[in-house]
Amino acid sequence: MRGSTQVKYGPKSPNIQIYRPQLTSVLSIANRISGVVTSVGAVGLVLWLLAAAAGPDTYAFALWLLSFLLGQIGLLIFTFFFFLHLCGGIRHLIWDAVYGFDLSTIYASGWVVVAASVVLTGAAWIVFAVS
Amino acid sequence: MTRRRKLSPFVRSQARGSAREGAGHWWRERVTAVALIPLTLWFFASIIAHSGSDYSAVIAWLRMPSSTLMMVLLLIALFYHTALGLQIIIDDYVHSARKVPALIIMRLGCLALAAAGTFAVLRIVIRG
Repeated sequence: MRGSTQVKYGPKSPNIQIYRPQLTSVLSIANRISGVVTSVGAVGLVLWLLAAAAGPDTYAFALWLLSFLLGQIGLLIFTFFFFLHLCGGIRHLIWDAVYGFDLSTIYASGWVVVAASVVLTGAAWIVFAVS
Repeated sequence: MTRRRKLSPFVRSQARGSAREGAGHWWRERVTAVALIPLTLWFFASIIAHSGSDYSAVIAWLRMPSSTLMMVLLLIALFYHTALGLQIIIDDYVHSARKVPALIIMRLGCLALAAAGTFAVLRIVIRG
């Protein structure tokens, strides 16, 4: 390999191509991805408000669009990624307050984030469907 | 360059790295995040409570002073936080000449969305 471009430039840090995914690293990038997905959902919030401001016909049309399977799946994805970002964000705020840095606590809080996101999404949709 | 060497290390550091603007960005991201916890939970609870409501009920809910205030605060905090978060992603992944245009478009987009949402809420309040 001597003299080749591989040696000249070397692999770029943090070598994620050869690194085994772990809960910590997966949740780290998940917080970023969920933030982006929630940003798209925020655009939906503005469109929903604009539809409501436009009048009952436009509002009914917006709800009609959301009633399709694709719209429902989209809402479910937005709900889950929002809760993932919320729970992951609260975990970050706790870290910012310098709590929960030993490895066992980091893994425990990570699984709490995953479980809480699933439970909150399920609960929100069950309550929404029932009411 | 000779003049620069006369500056103390502390003063030189003032315009560099996290001493320049990183800490302020980090802090604003946290403040908006804390604000968004009650604001987004209020929004989700309200939406769930109005799941079976018709148009007039949703409008009546948005026209309540508390709802109007919460919704506008949500829009401001949400798109401020979004702009701060997306800025980091652009900083991390865009290294070409497209970086500055991307940042400008992203920030103007967030500003426009917050303004459009606020406009929609105020229009509902004023028109009824």
